Amino acid sequence: MDVLDLSRWQFGITTVYHFLFVPLTIGLSIIVAGFQTAWHRTGNPAYLRLTKFFGKLFLINFAMGVVTGIVQEFQFGMNWSDYSRFVGDVFGAPLAMEGLMAFFLESTFLGLWIFGWDKLSPRLHLATIWAAAIGTNLSAYFILAANSWMQHPVGYRLNPVTGRAELTDIWAVLTNSTTLVTFPHVIFGAFVTAGAFVAGVSAWHLLRKKDVELFRVSARTAMTVTLVASIGVALSGHWQAQIMTEQQPMKMAAAEALWEDENSAGFSLFAVGDVENGRNHINLQIPYGLSLLSTNTLDGHVEGVNDIQTRYEAAYGPGDYKPVVGIAYWSFRLMIGFGMLAALLALAGLWATRRGRLPDNPWFHRLAILGIGLPFLANSMGWIFTEMGRQPWTVFGIMRTAAAVSPGVDVTEVAITLVGFTLVYAVLAVVEIRLLLKFIRIGPDAEGEPDQPTDTVPALSY
Amino acid sequence: MELTTVWFLLIAVLWTGYFVLEGFDFGVGILLPLLGRDESDRRTLVRSIGPVWDGNEVWLIVAGGATFAAFPEWYATLFSGFYLPLFLILLALIVRGVALEYRGKSDSTRGWDRAFFWGSLGPAFLWGVAFANIVRGVPLDADHEYTGSLLTLLNPYALLGGLATLTLFTLHGAVFIRLKTDGELRERAGRLVRVIGLAALVIGGAFLVTTQLMVGKPATWGSVAVAAVAIAGALVATLRGRDGWSFAANTVAIVAVTVTLFASLWPNVMPALDPANSLTVDNASSTSYTLTVMTWVAVIFMPLVLAYQGWTYWVFRRRLTRVPGGS
Repeated sequence: MDVLDLSRWQFGITTVYHFLFVPLTIGLSIIVAGFQTAWHRTGNPAYLRLTKFFGKLFLINFAMGVVTGIVQEFQFGMNWSDYSRFVGDVFGAPLAMEGLMAFFLESTFLGLWIFGWDKLSPRLHLATIWAAAIGTNLSAYFILAANSWMQHPVGYRLNPVTGRAELTDIWAVLTNSTTLVTFPHVIFGAFVTAGAFVAGVSAWHLLRKKDVELFRVSARTAMTVTLVASIGVALSGHWQAQIMTEQQPMKMAAAEALWEDENSAGFSLFAVGDVENGRNHINLQIPYGLSLLSTNTLDGHVEGVNDIQTRYEAAYGPGDYKPVVGIAYWSFRLMIGFGMLAALLALAGLWATRRGRLPDNPWFHRLAILGIGLPFLANSMGWIFTEMGRQPWTVFGIMRTAAAVSPGVDVTEVAITLVGFTLVYAVLAVVEIRLLLKFIRIGPDAEGEPDQPTDTVPALSY
Repeated sequence: MELTTVWFLLIAVLWTGYFVLEGFDFGVGILLPLLGRDESDRRTLVRSIGPVWDGNEVWLIVAGGATFAAFPEWYATLFSGFYLPLFLILLALIVRGVALEYRGKSDSTRGWDRAFFWGSLGPAFLWGVAFANIVRGVPLDADHEYTGSLLTLLNPYALLGGLATLTLFTLHGAVFIRLKTDGELRERAGRLVRVIGLAALVIGGAFLVTTQLMVGKPATWGSVAVAAVAIAGALVATLRGRDGWSFAANTVAIVAVTVTLFASLWPNVMPALDPANSLTVDNASSTSYTLTVMTWVAVIFMPLVLAYQGWTYWVFRRRLTRVPGGS
């Protein structure tokens, strides 16, 4: 393995890991803010208990998102310095905006929310969690604008003297068609994730017949969130795929294991391919499916991997322009599959708990608990698909990943950081999950109980 | 004023904000084992920065992002060149952040306290090492790539810089604890201020005078003097029991040190040992279009951020006191 491979592994591992926490933070911030709003409006203490209980789980998760996020910003410069030189003029702007507009907002107001229960008026305190939630969601917009620029660069020119990309239109970057479809896809995905999490945690308590009334409310709320958000994910994902067909046909062709250009292309459900020779041995298809999805017509023209390769060689010079087809194909399917399972689970759960019912079969609850993992898997698969599917490009059409890596960093250094981050992240994962389980087990405070943990140490006040 | 100058100043402001704010966060972490005799003390210490530490750390993220946007070459050279020190800083910030959030939620706090201590000590030292190297100049080739090794960065001057920020931030933490606590904890912090204050005066003074003799400009004698007077002022104010003034004075000291470093740097952003390869505000910067866009963003949002962060400090302005009869 060389510096490039190791740097890619490190970016992949740290990014997928970081994105385990991000969607839960995004979705859960709004759900917790929603519970607190419900309490504020109705005065029903049940909502306050839900706010505090899920708020605590939210904070445990949030901390991990924050600390792993700093690595993300730093490693563009650390491991991808030639990338940073090449795109900084364009790519740095949304990153700086994210910090200035979103990160300050979420971190500052979250501090106020955590410690401000008895310092701020109830209305002002409610506003702080909303400000933090808005900051969190806003940060997703800027970082996705930055990522979308790598998928579909717009609003720039290449400076022939310096050989660098230069921003010519910030508005074009912020309203990139890719951003406009990716943002809802990611946000809806975050709500699917948070919904499944809240539903699963609630099911854990319902299984033990603890606080049944309370967790029935949270479970049904959460499953509704997951179900509605799933529809949003599917629709935005569909638009995303159509835009991708146009902007990055190679990624879409790889996702479908479609080797040759086709009219009336079918949607592949299961394929075993021969990547070397660019064909499939087995391919189970829904006839016309891909053409319909990609072009809205049954006989729409869809490009295939081999033909695109020929065209790209003509356009960009000799080289291999194919991503790893097997990974693109399966990550795409697994993303959709895990997402659909999460939606089905929510639907089944809503049906089973309709009109005051509560299923007796413990497996029903156990499935909901296991179902927490589904959106996380779907999210990871989605990122693996879209990032690996863009290869060999780091910025589509203008910069290859091989040219992006830091020339001054050597193999030993990257090996040290790769191992270091991976080990620390693994330990933290164990710590985080144990802490989550601990607080899930403890459950919500009884009504009227003080916030401070009851032990021998005196409480503190400002 | 040229936009590149504006952004050089803005980035100096962001780092200053970061050092002033996270400086006392680091100091609290460093002093935790010294001042926290029992769990009650330690909880008070951690709680003193509880509401604000995360917002303080965002100053670093924004400084990084702003450097990326305004001076991509600087960002690329600095971050890839200082690869391993930054890795250590990242690890430290990771375990420290997690420790701060998880400590109060865990059954055993000892491991977290250790993580908080080392996670504070490491960056407080390493940022000084990093900035001393930036100011001193490092080997860069014609492509502005760093050509030195880790050992290049561990020169005596840089290590002195590390000790300088370490003592200065520790002092900042001590005067902050004076300001935010009462009773015996406050007394003990006061006794520490005398020792650390003298150390900061000596080590910080040695670092700044060396900097001045090496790369300084006539004007930066002014900021060096301000830094020295401010540290002495913080000491005197503490002796007189004026905690607010002491904290304000030490804040001025950190501002003056950062000003000295950035003023010595100007108009370079990353001087090379061979001056022909130096990165300057001109050859490292983004286009004027990008700088214009970012200037508008900063003009609108920086005051907003300052306002709501300032408000946070106002909300939590009181000393932490133990609630009598608290559970």
